Amino acid sequence: MRLEGELRIPSGCAIAAVISRVGKRMSGEAVTEAMKPMHDRSNGLGGGFAGYGIYPEYKELYALHMFFDKRDTRKSCEMFLKERFEIVKSELIPTRKMPEIKDEPIIWRYFVAPLKSVVSSLQTDEKEFVARTVMKINSEMNGAFVFSSGKNMGAFKAVGFPEDVGRFYRLEEYEGYSWAAHGRYPTNTPGWWGGAHPFTLLDFSVVHNGEISSYDANRRFIEMFGYKCTLKTDTEVITYIMDYLVRVQGLNLEEAASVIAAPFWSTISAKKDPEEKEKYTYLRTVFPSLLITGPFSIILGFNGGLMALNDRLKLRSMVIGEKDDKVFIASEEAAIRAMEPDAENIWAPSGGEPVIVRVKDGAY
Amino acid sequence: MKRIYVNEDRCIGCRLCEYNCAFANSGMRDMALALKGKTIYPRIHVEGDDKITFAVSCRHCTDPICMKSCIAGAIYDDNGVIRIDKNKCVGCLTCILVCPYGALAKGENGVMQKCELCLNNSCGEPACVKGCPNRAIVYEERGESL
Amino acid sequence: MGVEFIYPEFEVIRNESRCIACRVCERQCANEVHYFCPETGLMMSDESKCVDCQRCVSLCPTRALKIVKSDCSLRENANWKSDTIKEIYKQASSGGVLLSSMGSPKEMPVYWDKLLINASQVTNPSIDPLREPMETKVFLGKKPERIERDEKGRIKCELTPQLELSLPVMFSAMSYGSISYNAHESLARAATASGTYYNTGEGGLHKDFYCYGPHTIVQVASGRFGVHEEYLNAGAAIEIKIGQGAKPGIGGHLPGTKIVGDVSATRMIPEGTDAISPAPHHDIYSIEDLRQLVYSLKEATGYRKPVIVKVAAVHNISAIASGIARSGADIIAIDGFRGGTGAAPTRIRDNVGIPIELALAAVDQRLRDEGIRNNVSLVVGGSIRSASDVVKAVALGADACYIATAALLALGCHLCRTCQTGKCNWGIATQRPDLVKRLNPDIGSERLINLMTAWKHEIKELMGGMGINSIEALRGNRLMLRGVGLTEKELSILGVAHAGE
Repeated sequence: MRLEGELRIPSGCAIAAVISRVGKRMSGEAVTEAMKPMHDRSNGLGGGFAGYGIYPEYKELYALHMFFDKRDTRKSCEMFLKERFEIVKSELIPTRKMPEIKDEPIIWRYFVAPLKSVVSSLQTDEKEFVARTVMKINSEMNGAFVFSSGKNMGAFKAVGFPEDVGRFYRLEEYEGYSWAAHGRYPTNTPGWWGGAHPFTLLDFSVVHNGEISSYDANRRFIEMFGYKCTLKTDTEVITYIMDYLVRVQGLNLEEAASVIAAPFWSTISAKKDPEEKEKYTYLRTVFPSLLITGPFSIILGFNGGLMALNDRLKLRSMVIGEKDDKVFIASEEAAIRAMEPDAENIWAPSGGEPVIVRVKDGAY
Repeated sequence: MKRIYVNEDRCIGCRLCEYNCAFANSGMRDMALALKGKTIYPRIHVEGDDKITFAVSCRHCTDPICMKSCIAGAIYDDNGVIRIDKNKCVGCLTCILVCPYGALAKGENGVMQKCELCLNNSCGEPACVKGCPNRAIVYEERGESL
Repeated sequence: MGVEFIYPEFEVIRNESRCIACRVCERQCANEVHYFCPETGLMMSDESKCVDCQRCVSLCPTRALKIVKSDCSLRENANWKSDTIKEIYKQASSGGVLLSSMGSPKEMPVYWDKLLINASQVTNPSIDPLREPMETKVFLGKKPERIERDEKGRIKCELTPQLELSLPVMFSAMSYGSISYNAHESLARAATASGTYYNTGEGGLHKDFYCYGPHTIVQVASGRFGVHEEYLNAGAAIEIKIGQGAKPGIGGHLPGTKIVGDVSATRMIPEGTDAISPAPHHDIYSIEDLRQLVYSLKEATGYRKPVIVKVAAVHNISAIASGIARSGADIIAIDGFRGGTGAAPTRIRDNVGIPIELALAAVDQRLRDEGIRNNVSLVVGGSIRSASDVVKAVALGADACYIATAALLALGCHLCRTCQTGKCNWGIATQRPDLVKRLNPDIGSERLINLMTAWKHEIKELMGGMGINSIEALRGNRLMLRGVGLTEKELSILGVAHAGE
């Protein structure tokens, strides 16, 4: 049987997230709890989390979370990293031995700073450099996989049910101002650690529920710009698209959302404001191949906020609730109630309508 | 009222209208049975030369001169449709003489016949129109009096 | 007259019990197959003249006629097929190059028929086009590499000129001269009503049709017939025709007998002279020359029209396309081996070029590998026969398709493949006024609009099945295709997996 990365794997899923608008840090326990009532939306073949604001002491460094198949791979990869980065800290990511999680790879993290001389010799900027390095490791270095590469954030993922994965990674010991979680229901694979969500690049992380029908159109387009879809999963391609639109093309999140979940032409032509009409027409004309069709609900994490987005027909469930400074997002209301029994203003955003929650300036 | 009009730019001179007319007025089910080996007496005629062709049939004039001139009172106006009572026609051919369009002709048995818009046969709508392969003959309301 | 070596290809079967000798067949046959015998009162036929265009069959009011392939056969020979033998007889008698019309009838692989389309089951929902919006709109043209913002931070919405299509299908180039005035009018009106474009071909644009300019692509080919500033500005886009799928590498020849009246005026050549298009453009001997012509045309039209470069699918098509993509062209049109023509040397038509499916797959991948796929749109033609061919082409990577044979079929063409004689009984490939008249543009345009409407419905239905509600998400989406009965090599060129994988 072929493994993930060698073939395309669609999967159904559960997602949940929480963010404090004032930047109040919370442990990863609540979001782990949120996955319990949605147990049946996963099948034990993948679970994962992304936490933001979890490494304040290293906030200027890129935190590379990595899987290695064996010690030798890690050693040779480390040699490679040393040519490009100053490694400030290198350690095992602490985990908890438990029967529910088996066959773990070597799970390591590096806090690194790119070597300025190397970056400038490649005539690129730091983020592009880190992104390219991640692509290179993931596509060319057998047995090594970078699953998180942002600053002051980190992804934690494994094969297993999400609530077990949370305990495995001892998320109760981390504190972040936002958390996203994912439970996976892949449909045709034994499951692979790297294939679990969130999928990340730099400080973007994506958890996603759905199976997009535009996958290959999106993939073949985005691969023109140096991205390599090694996992062949929807989440991976969505992450790269967001990175391309926001970091490379300089779109804001609303604009990027209007590319991937573009308003229908009829909606655009019905817009009253001519400037808006022109802008949406322009974006759809310029980025037709980045339109994502088919069902999806995604939560995009970034430094200082979260964005929730449904496909434009709203073919996947997603609800949002609030309580005080906190905003909750989940596939099911039950998950929100698990995090905050008294959550208020529960509502379901419409298809294609981005919900962007930002931590107030200076609070993260 | 709805009338039959012919567009000479579209008429291809195939003469199917003549055969469709003869068949429609034969009262028979099968065209081969109705027309095989027979001389046909259609109420529409394709005129023309090698450059232009044109199907001619009754225009159902608002003030029909044929009706006025009919010595037997056989031609009458039925709500705008100009018809012939074949039992009254004496075959004097005066109508042929007076019709400026040449729309009338003698039928098989010597009495006159003319287009009655297929209202009196099984076709129900003008057979020439229905069968025209190039939509050169149309049956439509143009709101004009002829 | 010597001995005729070839027995007529077709037989006219007349059911005597049904024939009423109305002589419609006789009047309709420009080849003069049918005639009436006054002595017997029977219709007769000279089958040697029949081309099997089926005009008489279609118009016979008693259905007394049919045309069948003659069963008079030469002795079977797997190597010397009867067509091959007959061609030798023809050439031995005439001493000439064999001429043919329309696309090649030879048995060559049709990859469309070996590609199957996906549909959603369980893991994601199919979408019902009757209930949900389903978008088929396409913009053709170069897309900017970078988003630019003005000083206020607003996106600068400036685009190079684009063609907006309501569905990814356009009518391909057919010149006025090779086809009739009425055929052109039908195409122009249908393109306008269907929100797409038709293409003048290399015959210029008749004054009467300037009003359809916003839906017209004006062509500039090697003969430059009918090209002037007003013409270039009349259309929505300009197409430089380098080659044609049915006859790559050679020019065109419209005989003087067809250069009459308005055709001569529109082409801007004297009546009765042969219109000979050279094989190459004599100002394009290399790719840098193409760039000059592209920009000359852009200059002439104030950079308001996208420029299309049309080439035939030949062996190194991906390198050629890559060159064109860097020439300033906005759109590349590729015409496949099976494409049609008004007249082409048979040997060229049947032996030169490659199938469009392979060319498309190779070009799309090459342009992506080079990161320049966004520089140009890709239009493919050369035997796109149905909505499913369109869907497959888009999934392989095309932005839109060109159809010509399918459009002619809608107008009444029965693919008798004798356009070169100029005696088209359906009023399409002829300039004889009595024959041209047989194509009523009211009916012609209506039938073309119907075809576009029907295809659009089918495209939506197929897209909905795949769970795709906008054509953009289908473009280049090769995972939506699987091959059947294809070799590893074919699959790798097409970039699709085999069914079952």
